[in-house]
Amino acid sequence: MSGDLLGWWGVPLAVLAGAIRVSTPFLFVSLGECITEKSGRINLGLEGTLVMGAMSGYAVSYLSGSPWLGVLAAGGAGALFGILHALICSLPRVNDIAVGIALMLFGIGLAFFLGKPFIQPQAPNLPSIPFGWWSDNAQVRDALRVNALFIIGVILAPVLLWCFRNTRWGLILRTVGDSADAARALGYAIGRVRLIATACGGFLAGVGGSFLSLSYPGSWSEGLSSGQGITAVALVIFARWNPMLCFWASLLFGGAAALGPALQSVGITQGYYLFNAAPYVLTLLIMILTCSRDRTLAGAPGELGVTR
Amino acid sequence: MEASPVRIDDSAAHWQDILRGATEAVAVPVLAVLAALVLFGLFVTIAGVDPFDTYSLMYAGAFGSWFSWQNTLTRAAPLILTALCCALPAQLGMVVIGGEGALVIGGLAAAAIAMALPDSAPLVLQIAMAIAAMAAGAAWVALAGGLRHWRGVNETIASLLLVYIAVAVFNQLVEGVLRDPASLNKPSTPHIGDANMLTTIPGTDIHWGLAYGVIACLLAYILIYRTTFGFGMRVAGGNVKAARMVGLPVGRLVLVACGLAGAAAGLAGMVEVAAVHGKANASLIVGYGYTGILVAFLARHNPLAIVPVAILLGGIGASGGLLQRRLGLPDATVLVLQGLIFIAILTSEVLYGRLPWLKRKPS
Repeated sequence: MSGDLLGWWGVPLAVLAGAIRVSTPFLFVSLGECITEKSGRINLGLEGTLVMGAMSGYAVSYLSGSPWLGVLAAGGAGALFGILHALICSLPRVNDIAVGIALMLFGIGLAFFLGKPFIQPQAPNLPSIPFGWWSDNAQVRDALRVNALFIIGVILAPVLLWCFRNTRWGLILRTVGDSADAARALGYAIGRVRLIATACGGFLAGVGGSFLSLSYPGSWSEGLSSGQGITAVALVIFARWNPMLCFWASLLFGGAAALGPALQSVGITQGYYLFNAAPYVLTLLIMILTCSRDRTLAGAPGELGVTR
Repeated sequence: MEASPVRIDDSAAHWQDILRGATEAVAVPVLAVLAALVLFGLFVTIAGVDPFDTYSLMYAGAFGSWFSWQNTLTRAAPLILTALCCALPAQLGMVVIGGEGALVIGGLAAAAIAMALPDSAPLVLQIAMAIAAMAAGAAWVALAGGLRHWRGVNETIASLLLVYIAVAVFNQLVEGVLRDPASLNKPSTPHIGDANMLTTIPGTDIHWGLAYGVIACLLAYILIYRTTFGFGMRVAGGNVKAARMVGLPVGRLVLVACGLAGAAAGLAGMVEVAAVHGKANASLIVGYGYTGILVAFLARHNPLAIVPVAILLGGIGASGGLLQRRLGLPDATVLVLQGLIFIAILTSEVLYGRLPWLKRKPS
């Protein structure tokens, strides 16, 4: 098939392309949250971390000229937020959900404050790898331009799963998450394990944020993130704390988020805003279907308050 | 039986204890806010602005003149109502952060009912708008509560997801069937008409929404601390299993608390439409719902404390414009300060029972 018009076939193609493109922040945030929740703590602040990562990644990429340095900076900012969350949560009588909400609002505010000078200038973006070289069709080629960060995420998911199951670190993490008492009896420093887990989670969420500003949509603005962070937190519950399932769930959510723009591209503009809400509705429906009042979810870390 | 530390018969010690508790409940949040202000001062110093200029401008913009006071109180009105949206479910141990969604849906419902009843008397219309907004908001938050009760869905995440869904529904309708064709650049619903707007409290520019908020807080206080229903809420908040064991209708408690919470936030949306903007458009979605969460936490979910705290936060919001104009600070400065206050107030939980001069002497 040649020529630029695929007609109705453009919709599934655009959804597929969108799934790959839009899913990257979901993927990174959910993998990060997966690590954090495995340690028995929930960080709802990742929405703020995502925005903070998007801003700092863009700013550093613009100032240094290197988008990869931007990605690192975004991860660093995210890790700092993770450390802050872990430190406050380690105090007695402090509720991790409330701290998450506070850091979400603080992160968004700080990112808007510091990001003001970077709204106009154009920073160098991350490279994409053209997997569609075999096709003459511009739409196919465009759809298969896959960003390098997505590929890193694809590799990261199985690696994390392997680490959780087969390494000493994974075992310690799961022990701390399943029973703090058991971990304490074995002599592990619970606070330190959770600190590291939350910092790693923040790092990945920051990297996910840098994808927003450095690849798609590819510039920094205050309306950049609208709930991707919190959707990803919910997605981890749906994925049963399994990194590979996080990957598939991220693709599903990316596809749902791409549905509105894809339909718009073939001329269906009715209900555009409602289609934009598709990932949130999908998240809610999945949570309704998979959660239960009477039993804790299979695979849930025992120390995690959110499932009780 | 062991002697309890509070002996009811020893009334002097008993009153001392109550006094100590009350002092602590005021002192700890005040210390937290002061700590946040110091951190904020450091922050603006790093940003290249004199912190004392900032403080004095903030005071001037929030409480410095009658004009600033009116601005502050006008902003406090929706904050009081959205804070109730977080504080009521909190009595049951639930963290509901979806006040923004209920506010948006409530404002939309109010604007829609105003379009549906074009020729009614102002009072009738206002009542209809308030009822529609409260019903829509109540349904929105009760949905999150119901999902928690029947399906075990985490109410914090569900209520936040509902915010994004509410905004999508709002945009769809305001840019679609409810749009006033005359609103070109900023899609809006038709203006409800000047005669139908909520009036101001005599002698001021402050609309009656503030009074609604104060009355709602008083009612909430009576509900929580002076009724059997409120007692049941607090028991279930302390221990759900115990509440079920003694036969409390936990499901009904959750649904009603969330419904009332949503009704409060929905009323905030109606007040913003009927007293401030006159129509529903993007100006409604400015984050009152999120600031309301902070107000509720700062007030420790006590409805009576919500009123002064909302005035404080309303004042911080009101001073934002002045900071922008005089010092060139971005509008997000207020958000940074709010975030710092939120972090400080949660960290200050540690201080309860540990302030040296408020410690109970071992007897």
